[in-house]
Amino acid sequence: MSRRQIITLVVIIAIAAFSVAALVTNIGGREGLVLGLDLRGGTNLVYEADFSGIEEGRQADALRGAKDIIERRINAYGVSEPVIQIVGSNRILIQLPGVTDIEQAKDLVGKTAELVFREEASGGSTFLAAAAEAGDTDIIVAGVSGFHTGDAFVIGAADSTEAESAIAAEIVGANNTIALESPLKHAHPLDEPVTNVWMVSTGTIEGDEIPLTGQYLKPNAFVDINQQTGEPVVRFEWDETGAKLFSQVTGRLIGQPLAIFLDDVLISAPTVQAQIGASGIIEGLNVSEAEILAIQLNAGALPVPLNPIQEQTVDATLGADSVRRSVIAGIVGVVLLLLFMTMYYRLSGGLACLALAVYAAVMLMIFKMVPVTLTLAGIAAFILSLGMAVDANVLIFERMKEELRAGRTLRPAIEAGFNRAWPAIRDSNISTLITCAILYWFGSRMFGGAQVMGFAMTLGIGVLVSMFSAILVTRTFLRVTAFTPVARTLSLFRP
Amino acid sequence: MFDFVANRRWFFRASGVVILIGLISMLYSFIAFGSPVRQGIEFTSGSMMTIRFEQQVEQTALREEMARLGHYETIIQRTGEGDYIVRTRELAKEERDPATGEVITPSERAQIEDALEARFGALTVLDFSSVTPTVSSETRDVATIAVAVASVAILLYVTWAFRKLVRSFRFGVCAVIALLHDVLVVLGIFSLLGVLFGMEINAMFVTGILTVIGYSVNDTIVVFDRVRENMTKGFGGPLDSVVNRSIIETLPRSLNTGLTTLFVLLALFLFGGSTIHSFVLVLLLGVIVGTYSSIGIASQLVVVWDRGGFGRFFRSIRRVVPRRATA
Repeated sequence: MSRRQIITLVVIIAIAAFSVAALVTNIGGREGLVLGLDLRGGTNLVYEADFSGIEEGRQADALRGAKDIIERRINAYGVSEPVIQIVGSNRILIQLPGVTDIEQAKDLVGKTAELVFREEASGGSTFLAAAAEAGDTDIIVAGVSGFHTGDAFVIGAADSTEAESAIAAEIVGANNTIALESPLKHAHPLDEPVTNVWMVSTGTIEGDEIPLTGQYLKPNAFVDINQQTGEPVVRFEWDETGAKLFSQVTGRLIGQPLAIFLDDVLISAPTVQAQIGASGIIEGLNVSEAEILAIQLNAGALPVPLNPIQEQTVDATLGADSVRRSVIAGIVGVVLLLLFMTMYYRLSGGLACLALAVYAAVMLMIFKMVPVTLTLAGIAAFILSLGMAVDANVLIFERMKEELRAGRTLRPAIEAGFNRAWPAIRDSNISTLITCAILYWFGSRMFGGAQVMGFAMTLGIGVLVSMFSAILVTRTFLRVTAFTPVARTLSLFRP
Repeated sequence: MFDFVANRRWFFRASGVVILIGLISMLYSFIAFGSPVRQGIEFTSGSMMTIRFEQQVEQTALREEMARLGHYETIIQRTGEGDYIVRTRELAKEERDPATGEVITPSERAQIEDALEARFGALTVLDFSSVTPTVSSETRDVATIAVAVASVAILLYVTWAFRKLVRSFRFGVCAVIALLHDVLVVLGIFSLLGVLFGMEINAMFVTGILTVIGYSVNDTIVVFDRVRENMTKGFGGPLDSVVNRSIIETLPRSLNTGLTTLFVLLALFLFGGSTIHSFVLVLLLGVIVGTYSSIGIASQLVVVWDRGGFGRFFRSIRRVVPRRATA
């Protein structure tokens, strides 16, 4: 046995020992393997940014800003190991392990969370009533003065006749056609005979009229319980600008309602009791809504509206079930494989099985150390790669058999077997690597892509490691065995 | 010794029959369902959920309840574990009153869950996914591109890898024809399964197909490699005897590798759970067909080409077509 072979053998044993050690201890600060959403349950969301209101040059920044804010929201909500990624030029992928309430997840992540304070337009009702009678939507909008972009209109009547509904519809329709910067957001019949026009509340700072919105909040909002009602409330504090604006607005509106709109939906409209400046509360929410709102206020509003285009949840029990089944399948498959290899290729086959064990340990070690997120498809790829990893060995053994049959002695047969099989192993594995690369690309731009990418990644690593395993591990095992007494029994190598 | 090359017509015929059945099924499926294979929500958009009921629930009762909710389009499948996969059009989100912030209409998913719970008792939604039309059309495009790119990349690679052989391009083309053969056979079988059992293809199916492509070429290359070696070794003789010799020499390897891979795939198919059932089925079929085509199709086509068989084939088509046209 040459010195080189002994060193190689020692290196292989060291690698195998390291792999096993890495798997059983928590090297890299991780206990087990990283499991994908499909195996441990969770929610997968993909959002597309609506760039219609954002100039071309600033879109990438807006998307990055949105990602940061989503990250802050999720961290505040307390999800362990979330994945938040920008995909392509206008999408954000979000994976929330352990979160299975998809509606709540969407509320948390996808809401713009733009908080706007609005007050009733003076004379708004009469104005709109008159305009409704006239039935001319153009005049309604053009005639309204003192309104701002983002003002909300709520129009309705108890016995909303067809004509009134039609007018309401027309006003909304006009929204799309009028040159004014689209103040009309909603029109829809209510049960109560009210006709409200809510316009954005503004204050004046250094001569500039500034709308009162959530952007002037300090990031320290929290959920509290209203002592009188027992209802949850969100307490917030204004920054310097916000406090000035808020005190002007509340000072002006004593005795009148000040409405709080979140993403253009009215949350509450309490009547202002006194002029207040520094802080305030938001009512009219249930506990989980209040919690999410507090998180969103602290994280800030999204700089660009997001629309969900894909959503997926997997229950944790299904994931656990999948893991259990995959493990059983893997064990059964591998046992069959080992039986076949040792029965057909005898001692060489047995050595190949040993090499396969090294292969499996190294693969799992790589999964853990990189770490590679294991999905169901990834596990399938790993099990498949076990079957395919033997391929290189089969190629080599068949060559060896041919050489032995041709009358060579064991050691030259081993060397010739490896040398002759190498081009086939190399070329066929490269073709698999090419498809893995294409699969990875494919997975990166499609639905359920994590599964596909996981599969491609696992199979690709598997192909590379299996080449190492066949060329280095099996060969060294065979070479070393060739020096032991068993090598005299050639039939052990030749079925 | 069995002469594979001399009997190549039998391989071609067998493949031809299987592919023909597949094509007929695809045609039928296209007429009946508007697509050669039944497509999942990844390709058609919509919502899909897997529901586990605490109590025994009949499929007809479930269908009835979904119809009562207005979801006549629902497709229901029972999994091996007794869960139900319920597929509908894309389910709508909840609607809130902008004036009061109250929920006017709950999300359609919540409506369905509530209604099913009211009728059939406690249930768990094991998984839920929803795909919009934008995404599904994109996925279709990407899948098509991926298969096309994979084919071209393989063609170029095989041509390059066998560049030392005369007319290495032919080896590349034949490898690609063999892989298209494999894809066609698997597609045909899935089309048939779709027609007979409502089996749908999803993104994992495309992944499986691409893996089959890799595997098929992997297998073909091993045979080609032997041809390459035998030719450069100077065994001389006509190409068909070199190819036959190469096929026979690589036969144990082809079968054994096919077998070892089949073992693990069979285990996955039988014990691996329903979530990846169809995916594993693609791989299982792909490995069988891939092994078959590397023996019976790929290298055989090189011989056919060498003997001018392709030229004759196309000439005969050209002869047949105008004759029909004038008749």
